[in-house]
Amino acid sequence: MKFGIYIIKRIFLMVIVMLGVTTIVFFITHVIPADPVGAILGGNAPIEVIDEMRRQLGMDKPIVFQFVDYVKGLVHLDFGISLTSSRPVLKDIVNYFPATFELTIVSIIFAVIVGVFLGVYSAIYRNKPIDLFSRIFSILGVSMPVFWLGLLLLLLFYFKLDLLPGAGRNSLFIFPTRITGLVLLDSVITADWNAFWDGILHIILPVFVLGYASTASIARIMRASMLDILRQDFIRTAKSKGLTKRIVIYRHALKNAFIPVITIIGLSFGTHLGGAVLTETIFSWPGLGRYIVNALLVLDYNAVTGGTLFIALVYSLANLLVDISYAALDPRMRV
Amino acid sequence: MQKVRGNLLNISKLKVVFYTYRGIIKALNSVELWMNKGERLGIVGETGCGKSVTALSIMGLIEQPGEIIGGDILFEDKLLTSMKENDLINIRGKEISMIFQEPNAALNPVMKVGFQIAESISKVKNKRIGKEVYTEVRRMLEIAGLDWERTINLYPHELSGGMAQRVMIAMALSSNPKLLIADEPTSALDVTIQAQILELLDELVKKLGNAVILITHDMGVAAEFCDKMAVMYAGNMVEYARTTSIFENPHHPYTRGLLKAVPKIGRTDELQSIRGIVPDLVEPPSGCRFHPRCKHAMDICRKDFPPLIEIKSGHYVACYLYGKEGIKNANS
Amino acid sequence: MSILSNILQNRKIKLFIEQRKPILEDWKHAFYLWRNTPLAMIGSFIIIIFLIIAIFAPILTSYSPIDQNISGKLSPPSSEHLFGTDQFGRDIFSRVIYGTRVEVWIIFIVSIISVMIGITVGVTAGYFGGIVDEVLMRITDMFLAFPRLILAMVLTAALGPNLTNTMIAIALVDWTIYARLGRAEAMKVKSQPYIEAIRAIGANDLRIIVFHVLPMSISPVIVQLTLRMGTIILTAAGLGFLGLGVQPPTPEWGAIVSDGRSYLVNHWWITTFPGIAIAIVVLGFNLLGDGIRDILDPRLRR
Repeated sequence: MKFGIYIIKRIFLMVIVMLGVTTIVFFITHVIPADPVGAILGGNAPIEVIDEMRRQLGMDKPIVFQFVDYVKGLVHLDFGISLTSSRPVLKDIVNYFPATFELTIVSIIFAVIVGVFLGVYSAIYRNKPIDLFSRIFSILGVSMPVFWLGLLLLLLFYFKLDLLPGAGRNSLFIFPTRITGLVLLDSVITADWNAFWDGILHIILPVFVLGYASTASIARIMRASMLDILRQDFIRTAKSKGLTKRIVIYRHALKNAFIPVITIIGLSFGTHLGGAVLTETIFSWPGLGRYIVNALLVLDYNAVTGGTLFIALVYSLANLLVDISYAALDPRMRV
Repeated sequence: MQKVRGNLLNISKLKVVFYTYRGIIKALNSVELWMNKGERLGIVGETGCGKSVTALSIMGLIEQPGEIIGGDILFEDKLLTSMKENDLINIRGKEISMIFQEPNAALNPVMKVGFQIAESISKVKNKRIGKEVYTEVRRMLEIAGLDWERTINLYPHELSGGMAQRVMIAMALSSNPKLLIADEPTSALDVTIQAQILELLDELVKKLGNAVILITHDMGVAAEFCDKMAVMYAGNMVEYARTTSIFENPHHPYTRGLLKAVPKIGRTDELQSIRGIVPDLVEPPSGCRFHPRCKHAMDICRKDFPPLIEIKSGHYVACYLYGKEGIKNANS
Repeated sequence: MSILSNILQNRKIKLFIEQRKPILEDWKHAFYLWRNTPLAMIGSFIIIIFLIIAIFAPILTSYSPIDQNISGKLSPPSSEHLFGTDQFGRDIFSRVIYGTRVEVWIIFIVSIISVMIGITVGVTAGYFGGIVDEVLMRITDMFLAFPRLILAMVLTAALGPNLTNTMIAIALVDWTIYARLGRAEAMKVKSQPYIEAIRAIGANDLRIIVFHVLPMSISPVIVQLTLRMGTIILTAAGLGFLGLGVQPPTPEWGAIVSDGRSYLVNHWWITTFPGIAIAIVVLGFNLLGDGIRDILDPRLRR
């Protein structure tokens, strides 16, 4: 019962935050730039054309009305029209988001599995080789710039060794049927193993590049948390009950040690969404990140607003999930 | 193996050290301890004298940075100190069980207490955790004085100290161990709850017939509960006798000091504290570790730790005042 | 000499030093611990070298970081050009060296702005509590709802991509951390009994905040700053890489990496060296930050 109320509270909070987020994004994209329309059309465009465009886009109204219009549009899931593609921004988002989603999810899964594994074994075999390796790996991971690592790996595996593909989600002539937009999932559903394998090859490098830093963070926190938990009284009790080392670690220690790691996973989701921007740029991955970057460079502010808003929403949902799993894992949190 | 003095447990010349940044802590110098089946032995002494370390050594739970570097622990006919971990695991939670000082911290915070008891029972009965095991869990909770319906699905932080300790007792006694080690089980509890828990232990142990080692710094508690008492100081056992004998006729200067410092109804003399402070175990005093604080210290006390001598039947002291190389002086 | 001894004889000065003695002891102890933490020392070492390079840049290289020399373009690392040249013939080594100045400046400004905004918001929220706290914390949440790079990107683009705006943008993303910190400290200090005492004597809120809350916040802020500096550099580099940050020809490391992107296959040096520089400096800050955190961790029995 307490659990249910907690979820409702959090959802309510999220709605309020999203309202604020919308305001902030709108403010940034519409109020700050000097003259977006003029910038889009170029400095030499005749005044009438600029004015006409402004009228068309509804930008001659006072800013508050523009904002209200925008919010009204949002309620109807209308994010406006992209100035570059002339399509509804929502359509663009639906088109590009699955790629980012797939990249982010797979890289998080990668980071969690590898990170937890490294962290746990680092803690158990403290100061032995695997621990030292893991710690060096980790500290490098949080120090290297994502985009640089990506470029170097691209150079190595694609250009020099020709082992992995260099761009995009699939090779030129492979078209997996589009059900969810997630290449890996779709190809499994349609049992198109060719496309699946092709998709895997294409996603390996981006996932590694994107996930390296989080793997490192997760490994470090996991190690620290595990060492902390193993020192505690209830572990001694578990041992005194004659439970095997394996049970003590995996049933008693791990669940407790994992709790702080969840916070990191939540944060990592955000870092991945942000880092996806860089990764997508390097690997020509057709995702929302690259979409926003391109939109920024040409000042397509509808696209920027819509895209950023959407990403903020996804991030907030992810955090909500993290908070819920926090409460689910740690009964002390359900206050 | 030295003299076998008890038919359940025999600890002989036990030496334990801890390696730390500050240096090597010589926690247990050369501990001698023994007990018989069904007996209740109290280990008393100040904080840091090595009571808990001794208990953990019996369970084989001394870990990095600690190490048993000498001595033997004989449990019935098994030499615990030379057993492999797998064999020790068989004994823990089955033949020897332990309960600890802060029961809420000693239970896993993210597991329901019913499950934690079920784990012990499952191991003892060699059955998977299921209906049968949980029936036994309920029984143990009832025996421990808890309403099983209300408690079985609670988490440790939802229990009071007294309730949590009852859970631990249920857990520990579920295997009907030959030996139950209770490390300061009531020190973290309110005085009234203390009495309840001790009563509960008394009742259960009487019925089940387990031997009990009760570790405490409270001599009153030990007097109530235990048949025999072992007094420890700075890593050694210095006196061992039946409880009545210890109180009526304390021999070791430290024991006497302890008794003089215990407030008692009817006492009219001043409480006296033992002068000096607890020694640093990294650089402990040579020989008898009590000699810097002892009124009767002699030269020989500085040289070697005094051997354990049986002064009267069943009453042992480690002190040169009574020893072969010292003055026989029963009244001091 | 006699002036100094006269000053030192002064009772007030003596009292001043006496009162500060425990703090001096603390610092001495911290220094001792620092010397015994190898990782922290390596980190500090790296950072010091980083700062030295920034200060003495012109001495370390004779080439200008922005002068072009088309005839010598795209030449590999050699004794003349340690890191090679880029597509405009600019010496990469100089660009990396002068890049340290850009990075130092970025860290400095971003730190100041983000701490100022963050502490103001946080302390106000924590100290006054109630609805002020709720509102300010919701606002903080709103900023935290964005992945940091994305918000920085959009801000930079909106403000116009140049060095100053990049710094403002990053600061506007980072402040939330110091807000949380300031709030925690304010709440801690507020509940202390001695605050009630001085309030009874007539101290007003502003005085309490400035003289009691703020000093307590300095230490955690410094720790947090050190831990954040690496991320600030990475974010700035990311923005530079995307072309949304510093504009050419300013030698920001991320931008240089981006410069070399089209020439990656046959002219690897343009991208590689600035990236190594980023990695080393960020590593230095991370090691230092880790070390500081370990030193301040009371559980490590020292």
